[in-house]
Amino acid sequence: MEYLIGIQGPDFVLVAADNVAASSIIQMKHDYDKMFKLSEKILLLCVGEAGDTVQFAEYIQKNVQLYKMRNGYELSPSAAANFTRKNLAEYLRSRTPYHVNLLLAGYDDTDGPGLYYMDYMSSLAKAPFAAHGYGAFLTLSILDRHYKPDLTREEALDLLKMCVEELNRRFILNLPSFSVRVIDREGIHDLEKITPSTK
Amino acid sequence: MALEDICGFKNSPLHRKLSPASCFEDTATFLHMNDNSGTLLNFFMPSFLSSAAFTCRSLAKPSLTVRRPFNLSHGTTTLGFIFQGGVIAAADTRASAGGLVACPFVHKISPIHSHLVVTSSGSGADCMLWERILRREIRLYQLRHSRCLSICGTAKLLSFMLHPFKGTDVCVALTLCGWDKELIYVCSDGARLQGDIFSVGSGSPYAYGILDGSLRWSLSNEEAISLAREAVFRATHRDAYSGNHVDLFHITAQGWSQREREDLKEEYYRDKKRKMTIAEDRKRLTELEVLG
Repeated sequence: MEYLIGIQGPDFVLVAADNVAASSIIQMKHDYDKMFKLSEKILLLCVGEAGDTVQFAEYIQKNVQLYKMRNGYELSPSAAANFTRKNLAEYLRSRTPYHVNLLLAGYDDTDGPGLYYMDYMSSLAKAPFAAHGYGAFLTLSILDRHYKPDLTREEALDLLKMCVEELNRRFILNLPSFSVRVIDREGIHDLEKITPSTK
Repeated sequence: MALEDICGFKNSPLHRKLSPASCFEDTATFLHMNDNSGTLLNFFMPSFLSSAAFTCRSLAKPSLTVRRPFNLSHGTTTLGFIFQGGVIAAADTRASAGGLVACPFVHKISPIHSHLVVTSSGSGADCMLWERILRREIRLYQLRHSRCLSICGTAKLLSFMLHPFKGTDVCVALTLCGWDKELIYVCSDGARLQGDIFSVGSGSPYAYGILDGSLRWSLSNEEAISLAREAVFRATHRDAYSGNHVDLFHITAQGWSQREREDLKEEYYRDKKRKMTIAEDRKRLTELEVLG
């Protein structure tokens, strides 16, 4: 039902998420933001079971901030991703596992941009592009076909628009708009929301 | 709850024997809640059932919990929306138990304090209890910090209080409608959404159909109230589990004000009469055209 996508370029990461918050067959909100800002250059995109997403994401967000307050410097994206995965793994075999699927996107001043794919079984993989949700089945092949490691921001945005158009054409559910953000050396930038054109 | 605190019951050995709190110690959200949370969570632990069945998220062990005579679903229509004149909250008044109307005169909208009203949906017992708990917590906050907790804070508090019961049979969906034009939906599976328009319950799709078409920011107070009444009416017409009367609350910066409860049966006959007069007028006009 929900959709997340991330594309990593040579010096940026482009991420997008749909804006629907649904409850059974009803869209309760059309402008819901699924991205959580962990630090100046790290975003956590979180989808999954209703309450688990916000609880888990806010827990990670506050802990990353706490690390910065205690130690005086921020966690790198790789460290934040591993910390998140460790928490997911700990709760996995408890009585209250969190059913959430995540994308963590960040820019490290030494290592450059990074995109990390995590799922509810607490797997972690660093990937050049990734997607979550039923929409991923439709769009991963498009990403495989057109992705290049040295793509520019415009090319990445075009690739994202191609994926969104495909969802609009073939996906059974209506996803009317997507929030888009870019992370680079300067930080997190909001881009214009994408609304697929009706055919 | 209050009596338990005053008598110091929670320090007695009998209380410790009856309500083991150890099963909640590993829940992350338990830690941040302060002193009154101990009383809160222990109070609901059933002493005769094993705690593992109650707190286990998986649905693989239904045999230990009580069998329900009917499916727990939200048999109601409640709605809330924001417009230029404040916030409107409306709800029907039918409480259903399976196919039976258990009570036709229930209050589904209740005030928490002078500027906050909550509409409830789900299990009647759970909603009444959680409204009361919320009222207590808000009042305690007010006494401790000599200011009102914001609506966002209230919603977050409620959501965190409900979190340990996720996966159990607690079924509440509350919409907090407050001054300063905020509307937040909190539900027992953990959703917490802020928005401009919410409708909850089995009648909500029908209500959305009316609201989405006609709701505008610039509505006058009278228009907004009649829109809310119409939306609940149409929902109660189609949904078997909603009906009887409609309650309307209007929340402004000066506080909430309640309109008199209206019988939707009267509204149905009025609507029928209205449609008949429209049909008659149209017939008369076409006859005149034919003649003239």
